[in-house]
Amino acid sequence: MPLLQLKHITKRFPGVLANDRVSLEVFPGEVLALLGENGAGKSTLVSILYGLYRPDEGEILLEGQPVRIASPGDALKAGIGLVPQHPTLVSRHTVAENLALGIGTPLLPAQRIAPLIERVAQGFGLQIDPKAPVYTLSPGEKQRVEIVRALLRGARVLILDEPTSVLTPQEAEALFRVMRELRAAGKSLIFISHKLEEVLAIADRCVVLRRGQVVGHLPRAEASQARLAELMVGRSVSFARKRGAPRIGEVLLQVRDLSARSSRDLLALKGVSFELRSGEVLGIAGVAGNGQSELVEVLSGLRTIEQGTVQLAGAPLPSDPARVFARGVAHIPEDRIRMGTVPSMSVAENLALRSFDRPPLSRGFVLRPAAWLAQAQAQVQAYAVATPSLHTPTRLLSGGNIQKVILARELAGRPRLILAVHPTYGLDIGATEQVHRVLLEKTDQGAAVLLVSEDLEELLSLSDRIGVLYQGRLLGPYPVEAVSRERLGLLMTGGLA
Amino acid sequence: MRLEPLVNPPRFRVLWVTLGALGVAFVLVGGLFAAYGLNPLEAYRAMLQGTLLDAKGWQEVLRRSIPLLLIGAGLTLAFRTQFFNIGAEGQLLLGAVWAAGVALFLPLPPALSLPAMLLAGALGGALWCLVAAWLRGRLNVNEILTTLMLNYVAQSLVIFLINGPWKGRDARGYIYSDRFAEYQQLAVLPGTNVHWPTLLLGVLLALVLQWVLSRTTLGFRMRVVGENPGAARYLGISGVRVGFWIALITGGLAGLAGVGEIAGIHHRLIEPGQLSSGYGFTAIIVAWLARGHPALVLLTAPLMGLILAGGDLLKVSLNMPFRIVDVFSGVMLLCLIGSEILVQNRIRWGR
Repeated sequence: MPLLQLKHITKRFPGVLANDRVSLEVFPGEVLALLGENGAGKSTLVSILYGLYRPDEGEILLEGQPVRIASPGDALKAGIGLVPQHPTLVSRHTVAENLALGIGTPLLPAQRIAPLIERVAQGFGLQIDPKAPVYTLSPGEKQRVEIVRALLRGARVLILDEPTSVLTPQEAEALFRVMRELRAAGKSLIFISHKLEEVLAIADRCVVLRRGQVVGHLPRAEASQARLAELMVGRSVSFARKRGAPRIGEVLLQVRDLSARSSRDLLALKGVSFELRSGEVLGIAGVAGNGQSELVEVLSGLRTIEQGTVQLAGAPLPSDPARVFARGVAHIPEDRIRMGTVPSMSVAENLALRSFDRPPLSRGFVLRPAAWLAQAQAQVQAYAVATPSLHTPTRLLSGGNIQKVILARELAGRPRLILAVHPTYGLDIGATEQVHRVLLEKTDQGAAVLLVSEDLEELLSLSDRIGVLYQGRLLGPYPVEAVSRERLGLLMTGGLA
Repeated sequence: MRLEPLVNPPRFRVLWVTLGALGVAFVLVGGLFAAYGLNPLEAYRAMLQGTLLDAKGWQEVLRRSIPLLLIGAGLTLAFRTQFFNIGAEGQLLLGAVWAAGVALFLPLPPALSLPAMLLAGALGGALWCLVAAWLRGRLNVNEILTTLMLNYVAQSLVIFLINGPWKGRDARGYIYSDRFAEYQQLAVLPGTNVHWPTLLLGVLLALVLQWVLSRTTLGFRMRVVGENPGAARYLGISGVRVGFWIALITGGLAGLAGVGEIAGIHHRLIEPGQLSSGYGFTAIIVAWLARGHPALVLLTAPLMGLILAGGDLLKVSLNMPFRIVDVFSGVMLLCLIGSEILVQNRIRWGR
């Protein structure tokens, strides 16, 4: 008998059918992979299972009995635990203090829960130190804490929401070992991921969602990357290296012995040197927090240089983002909600963010809304942004369409240098392909691209050279032929330093 | 009972929620009337009858709407830009001080005196607010604290001036300055205290600010800074510079309101409590109700003017304590801010 069963779950939002009669079941001791593009309805389904939303129709059965899950509390009581994509831990507190939240005894909660943590953790091969403060943990360790939290609360069904998105290949491998232990212990795991090779490595069965409906239900034996991708996108997808023969030109960007401090005043870049030529794609790999953000901020004029020089086309880089942009540096930022767009503003306004104070969008200090709409209309068409209208606030768009808005705006002025930071993070396959195609097109027109990504597939398929940032130092850059996935993974974690 | 976030709240939801919040506030204050031994319906009837159905009442409402209009229009812009200026009261007083200084001590041709007073008043209020903006931009000091604290400094400054160096020759035991000359007084509608030039200025400025916000590059920068400071930084829009503009505008308008009060009604610099009766604070509600649209102040300022004027009636005709108006405003603001969550969320009953 299935442990958990969803029957004909339907959830509507204004204008959207997020889940359309979704039925699936999870048995004890199996890993069920839930796949789908962005907006396919995975997050909605997870939110329903964890009690954050309630379905409009359909029912949830636990061991054959209907259950009502109206809050995360109900979900935990029913034995359903969620390991969120981004850890929700108090970083100044220790692991034990975090885990005692909500389940600890009133007196000395953290001390009393410590032995229990170690017992649970060891039982599943999870190494964690209950006394370690959370801010000292790596993303992988934080995730383990979240898993232990769910187990401590008696979870029999564990939902892992894109758990590998923040991990290195080695950390992901460690996570899979833990998942296999949990499976062997009879737990049910629901694994949500975009990365098909991971799904194939760990899942027993795959359920594919598209536009809110279950479009495929395959046992592992019948699944392949091509088959799953086709189901997700609704057409066949190519996985070959996308980069053709590059036309490399003059040196455009010259970074020499660059050092810079982070917002917390720590030295985040230590003597970084590299050159980037026009027409070239330089990939920057690294685990988050090793200086990538600071490098991009320096290059986009957002952060001051502590030491060293940065020359763009032979002249020093200005220290003001607007002037850097005017010199031909486009910036596709890491955080498209908090930095790249103003979510409450319309598509047309977001497209005008860079050029609103220049003709034709304004005359003197007076804006010309008609010109905005004309520009927006053209860009929305050119980049195939799916939006109900030009007046729709961008917060109502999907991640892929928000990214298209940013691309359209940043690339409008024929930039010489494109700083692309996690440009396809969280995007579906269709949108990812479009972003990659646009970036490569720009290099054919002579632009240089600095591509910062945690997705090694992406780096390997687009870059001409790849450098690795590790603790503020740049390793490489190496020609792409000279590095493999495994070697990059080791470089990122200091294994070859 | 639980809250469910609305992805795309319907346009009229704001209106219904706001009206609902005001309704709740009226019921709560009605309870207060009842506790005071008055029939709430009677009290509200007295308020409406004495203001809207009475010629003298209309004048009172208008007179009180003038400073609310000026200050409220500026504050609407400031709140939209996340500059929480709650020191309009002090900026109003500084506007009055600068205008009084010009009126009392600057020998100008009569025709220039009044324009100079208006300019000086706007400048005085603007500079007072700029202190807070500068501290925020330079040292990251929270502007809520500095603007609030500067209110008390402004009050003490006024008291010091009219009790000391600027004390009027005929003041004897009272504290106020000399009376302004005839040509230094603002024109009023005949037989009333409604200084119409300031009223006109207020209406015009509210419309101008609406235009600035929606149709100029400065207004667009303000919106970006207010709605996403991270994006402003990314685009190289200086939050500090926008903050300075906001301080100049909002402080300047409060200063103008101060000029209107002394040049239009009192004709001398008087005690802070009588000069303003809390317009700087009441205007916060005016701005909150206008929800980021300076032009909407044209509706919300008279509403609060009505409540201030009605509160006066309660004091006089029903013997309520004079603080009743403050209680009224406080309950309203509490209900309005408390209702904010219902604009973005929907209540679902049952578990």
